[in-house]
Amino acid sequence: MSEAEPIPWKTGKAGAVPSLDGGERVARAAGPAARTRFWSRFFKSTKLPGSGIPARTSIRVLKWVRRASQVFFFALFMYFLFQTAFRGSFAASADQAVRLPLPVEAYLLADPFVAAMTALSTHTVYRGLLWSIGLLALTLVFGRVFCGWICPFGTLHHFFGWLLPSRRGRGAARVEANKTHAYQRAKYYLLYAFLLAAIAGSAIGGMFDPICVAVRSIGLGVIPAAQYLTGRGASGIETHVPSRAIQSGADHTQDFLARTVWQAHQSYFHQTWLIVFLLVGVLFLNRFIPRFWCRVLCPLGAFLGVFSRFALFGMEKDHAKCTDCNLCLVHCQGADSPQGGVKWRQDECHMCLNCENACPEDVIKFRFLPNRVSAITKPDTDRRTGMAAAAAGAVLLPVARVADSLDVNYHAKVIRPPGAVEERQFLERCIRCAECMKVCPNNALHPAFFEAGIEGIWTPILIARIGYCEHSCVLCGQVCPTGAIQKITEKEKLGIDQPPIKIGTAFYDHGRCLPWSMQTPCIVCEEFCPTSPKAIWVEEVEAPVRDSKPGPNGEPPAMKQVKLQRPHVDPSLCIGCGACEKVCPVQDQPAVYITSVGESRSKTNVILLENTKYS
Amino acid sequence: MLVRTGAAAGVLAGGAIVGRAIWDKGGFDVTQAQGARQVRDFRDPNVLKDKQFAELAIAKQPDGTATQEELVARALDGLGGMKRFIARHDVVVVKPNIGWDRMPVHAANTNPDVVAAVVRAAYDAGAKRVVVADGSCNDPNRCFQRSGIWSKAYAAGAEVVLPAEHRYRTMRLQGDVLDEWPVFTTLVDADKVINVPVAKHHNLAKFTAAMKNWYGVLGGRRNRLHQNIDTSIADLATFMRPSLTVIDATRVLVRNGPQGGNIDDTREMHTVIASVDQVAADAYACTLIGQHRDNLSYLKMANERGIGTMYWENLRVKEV
Repeated sequence: MSEAEPIPWKTGKAGAVPSLDGGERVARAAGPAARTRFWSRFFKSTKLPGSGIPARTSIRVLKWVRRASQVFFFALFMYFLFQTAFRGSFAASADQAVRLPLPVEAYLLADPFVAAMTALSTHTVYRGLLWSIGLLALTLVFGRVFCGWICPFGTLHHFFGWLLPSRRGRGAARVEANKTHAYQRAKYYLLYAFLLAAIAGSAIGGMFDPICVAVRSIGLGVIPAAQYLTGRGASGIETHVPSRAIQSGADHTQDFLARTVWQAHQSYFHQTWLIVFLLVGVLFLNRFIPRFWCRVLCPLGAFLGVFSRFALFGMEKDHAKCTDCNLCLVHCQGADSPQGGVKWRQDECHMCLNCENACPEDVIKFRFLPNRVSAITKPDTDRRTGMAAAAAGAVLLPVARVADSLDVNYHAKVIRPPGAVEERQFLERCIRCAECMKVCPNNALHPAFFEAGIEGIWTPILIARIGYCEHSCVLCGQVCPTGAIQKITEKEKLGIDQPPIKIGTAFYDHGRCLPWSMQTPCIVCEEFCPTSPKAIWVEEVEAPVRDSKPGPNGEPPAMKQVKLQRPHVDPSLCIGCGACEKVCPVQDQPAVYITSVGESRSKTNVILLENTKYS
Repeated sequence: MLVRTGAAAGVLAGGAIVGRAIWDKGGFDVTQAQGARQVRDFRDPNVLKDKQFAELAIAKQPDGTATQEELVARALDGLGGMKRFIARHDVVVVKPNIGWDRMPVHAANTNPDVVAAVVRAAYDAGAKRVVVADGSCNDPNRCFQRSGIWSKAYAAGAEVVLPAEHRYRTMRLQGDVLDEWPVFTTLVDADKVINVPVAKHHNLAKFTAAMKNWYGVLGGRRNRLHQNIDTSIADLATFMRPSLTVIDATRVLVRNGPQGGNIDDTREMHTVIASVDQVAADAYACTLIGQHRDNLSYLKMANERGIGTMYWENLRVKEV
């Protein structure tokens, strides 16, 4: 033996050592075609225990395609979120209408849970929501691929499930956690409750829609917080580092971030701590139960799970070959029972293909038109619990509505965005996705806490003290996916050849107003009033004012006359934009403020007789 | 035992040293406010000494046949040309009024063609870089885009800078009412500053153009300034002394200022005023809407402080 023959089990070549199952494994490793072998060079399977049969090359390739898809759709989601802001352009001329160039709300339009919910509550499908049929069709062919391949919130949980496992999230404990559990039914019960609530007239399910949660918590919490930290860091650098180059570097970084990721001014969002707290909490739960959100809470996942029973693509199992190594369970995302000996749960599966990729025994195969012998396709829910959940959803509405917030004691500070529909219809449509709050250029729109009643939590309200409604801006309606804020034009909003859209009315607190009670000139409110003619008009008066110092010989302070302009509101012209409230120099509690009365969308929340139009 | 005692002593000593070093005795830190008054004077003394050129140039074409660009060129030529004010390789800041989300036809902001003409003239005179910036009242993105200034200034080669929080720095103005305020640094860090305001009616100050335009350099809560608008305008004009003032009066808002919004409130006047004296320029421009300098207290204050003269007819005036 002149040439040293390579030792077969050290070559690393699959098939070099004859296996127990004879030829089949060798045949698999050799590959059906040369093209597959080319790809298998790039997608080598790691050394597997047991029989060590590598997964089909197509599956190994698809696993990477899935990862690329997850990264792509997550990046696209974040890009759209960053672009949910008007930043202006040097390329636009003065008369060009201000609109966002991208369909930044696209993920919400593709969301069939949102479409179904609003269809049940309004009996219509609003504009772009028709796109969600596409996602439904995808599910009917491939099952819940959305959850495993597309959903940005799912990808976030996939990532954190990989990053964060605790002592109880590894090894045997992870296998145990990834088995199908009864608690996974919770998402179906949530889904039924939300759909019944929708039939009763409330789109409150948007609180739990994953896309809404992602936009809301990242857009209103994570991004502003990152901006805050960056601003603190940069201002620290600017005050403490004497180097000109580093200071200008910090400036340029901030300029760049302001033009790409956030805005030039810091954003604030009313009570957003709860939104962030819930996000952190649900991400942290990945430590114990991987993808807790997707498995237990997500109503969109449940919705797609209901429809995945008809999917043409699915799993076939050869139970006889299973050695109970549980490698499939270690990598399972949906907790859908991929292991041998039990039936696969199609409605729970995210179609991530990890199980087939991990299986060393050739048990699991994904294919079109699989036999359904070892699969359960329907959600395993208990009928009574399901009905109870649905009933709870239906009951939520009267309970919330009789809590006096909507009919009798309408809250003065529930000022809805311009173009918002009447409050009951608004609650039928608003899914709390926070797109409007994110896009608002003046940081005027905020998630309500309990101002709009418990039913209205996280719906948009305008807080003029933080930002006012920009007169010619209609961006909130442009991004609203459900028509809770209609896509109005500038002409409709400004009232060109028609009455303008009012969101409230301004009132003066004469006790705090400088010209009214302190004989000091001001009228910044009048200056900022954007309507033409102005809704704020001034009355020229001469008023007595006392000198601040006492007179000579202890005489009382002298009096003098000053000329003043005292502001008044014309309620028939006021549109309630809140610019006056925003700029009032009485900082803590402004002397002019807006309330919702007089809003165009309501026929009852009015002051003036002539504005009541029962058309 | 020794190690533990040593470690404990070390921690104690270290803590004591750090604590002493950063010890706060309480009270308010007033060192910031006690520095010298900061002034931004961009005037060239040689230009002011030179007596052969006019100090106030008025370009007027009542029949409306001259473009904004021609009017600007004529006004600048009246002062002896832009080259007198700009040296080669200067960084020049052009400060228009981009205060409101209004279109050029509403005349609430400086006309974009006037701004672009000034930018081009500055480049022709040898400027290295021309920066156009302002601190807007409404959303800056909208103001810059819808005023048309962003696109036209950019096309003329200017660097357009929108206000952002990190671009403000507190400065000591030490005026009668303005003590310390955040200032838009982009507008004051330059070799030369050209003020390009729009002349318009103002409900509180009656008429505003050049001096009031410096409101745009301030950050913070400027809504307090209105309680003494005349003095704060005078304080600002004391702080900012531009190389040159070019007032746009091609279309003038004569009612419902400063924001306007109704085209019926504007008048076409086809006038551009250039001057080395911002007070005189305002004093002349107010006559366009029928105001008189005696009614405008901020002009009187500026006159008394010696920022300029409100008796514009005493200057070398040239109508072109």
